[in-house]
Amino acid sequence: MYNFDFERPKSVADAVKALQTEEAQPLGGGQTLIPTLKQRLAMPSKLVSLAGIDEIKGVCKDDQNRLCIGGGTVHRVIAEKAMSEGFPGLTGLASKIGDPAVRNRGTIGGSLANNDPSACYPAAAMATGATIVTDRREIAADDYFKGLFETALEEGEIITEVKMPIPEASAYMKFEQPASRFPLVGVFVARFSDRVGVGVTGASESGVFRWTEAERALGSDFSADAVKGLSVPADGMISDLHGTAEYRAHLVGVMTRRAVAAAQ
Amino acid sequence: MASVTMNVNGKPVTGEIEGRTLLVEFLRNGLSLTGTHVGCDTSQCGACLVHVDGEAVKACTMFAAEAEGAEVTTIEGVSNPDGSLNTIQQAFQDYHGLQCGFCTPGMVMSAAALLKDNPSPSEQEIREYLQGNICRCTGYHNIVKAIMAASGQDVSRIAAE
Ligand SMILES: Cc1cc2nc3c(=O)[nH]c(=O)nc-3n(C[C@H](O)[C@H](O)[C@H](O)COP(=O)(O)OP(=O)(O)OC[C@H]3O[C@@H](n4cnc5c(N)ncnc54)[C@H](O)[C@@H]3O)c2cc1C
Ligand code: FES
Ligand code: FES
Repeated sequence: MYNFDFERPKSVADAVKALQTEEAQPLGGGQTLIPTLKQRLAMPSKLVSLAGIDEIKGVCKDDQNRLCIGGGTVHRVIAEKAMSEGFPGLTGLASKIGDPAVRNRGTIGGSLANNDPSACYPAAAMATGATIVTDRREIAADDYFKGLFETALEEGEIITEVKMPIPEASAYMKFEQPASRFPLVGVFVARFSDRVGVGVTGASESGVFRWTEAERALGSDFSADAVKGLSVPADGMISDLHGTAEYRAHLVGVMTRRAVAAAQ
Repeated sequence: MASVTMNVNGKPVTGEIEGRTLLVEFLRNGLSLTGTHVGCDTSQCGACLVHVDGEAVKACTMFAAEAEGAEVTTIEGVSNPDGSLNTIQQAFQDYHGLQCGFCTPGMVMSAAALLKDNPSPSEQEIREYLQGNICRCTGYHNIVKAIMAASGQDVSRIAAE
């Protein structure tokens, strides 16, 4: 690992200031960034740790029935709080990321900023129509994810909060890649009074996406049978040693049906 | 170089670190607490597991600077005050929960974190909790058994393998 300076500000304002240095980078829980630094795939001049900023930690519900999750909140806390706030589908997602030690450090802000094509939260953000709040603006999930590891975030922009509309029913199903336990394909299904959202991660070469055809079918009949005849084309799906594009396309259908069944 | 101060196993310690110094490097090289092992260095195996402010953390995937002001507990800090093995450690010995012993400090720290939140876990819950702790020797059965025994549960019905 190359060396770098280390700062631990106590407020978002101080963190934004610290990030103005050339090649400075925020550090969330480090569960992705530290392995990346060890491989010398990143070479920041300075890391600005967000772990000391209390104002971006914690989970609450706002008056529009959205779960407001601080960008620096760790997976373990999200799993606990989503349950008590009536969003068990998100608990199911957060409580299966990595292992307990990873969940004690890794944050939702880090996961969304990284936008790994196999990360779990992006599927929930897309399915629920979440809003990503940063130190300078609010971004709709549909406009936020820009492909593999690419997002709408600017240099030095910090995710301070994620606002997720709480669905009436929801579930996340991931087909785990057994070595990394990241999803080979993961599907988040969210049913609201007026619409259904289906977010798919791990599958597409252009990153997380909404399966709109399934959303329409589920909107009129929220049952596993309603999506039985539907499939996504293998064209544009990821193909690697863990699974072919055809296999992933098939899994999208299977995981969607399982998620709908689990959300009943 | 910068200086960092934390409490390790109840004692205040101060040391010089670089930005990139990992917590596990500080513990092993800076404080000579070599009970915390490095198996993979890629946050997969859990041999480096310690407690930071009471939570299980992989010390190979946290910077020493992030532990400024924290309470850190390592395997060296968990025995009984008279130096004898604590309940979990003793159960690992009694139920042959180790062979080479490389994974054991992480297993014991992980087990302690589990039992703190869930004093009477089922076999399934123990196995799930240990997802981030890899053992190349035992095949896990006796580790699970040791943890069940340490939590005061009957292990006679768990097959000895
Ligand atoms: C063994 C293991 C298994 C895992 N399994 C899964 C899994 O199944 N599913 C899954 O989704 N993830 C998984 N992860 C990844 C985990 O969820 C990470 O915690 C997460 O991807 C990154 O969050 P972090 O807080 O650790 O971010 P970091 O590693 O600190 O940072 C990641 C990136 O985000 C940036 N960043 C961090 N916080 C912010 C912020 N608030 N605003 C703007 N930018 C920020 C950093 O600069 C960096 O570029 C796994 C990780 C490990 C080690
Ligand atoms: S050495 Fe830290 S997880 Fe393997
Ligand atoms: S006892 Fe050898 S690795 Fe677990």
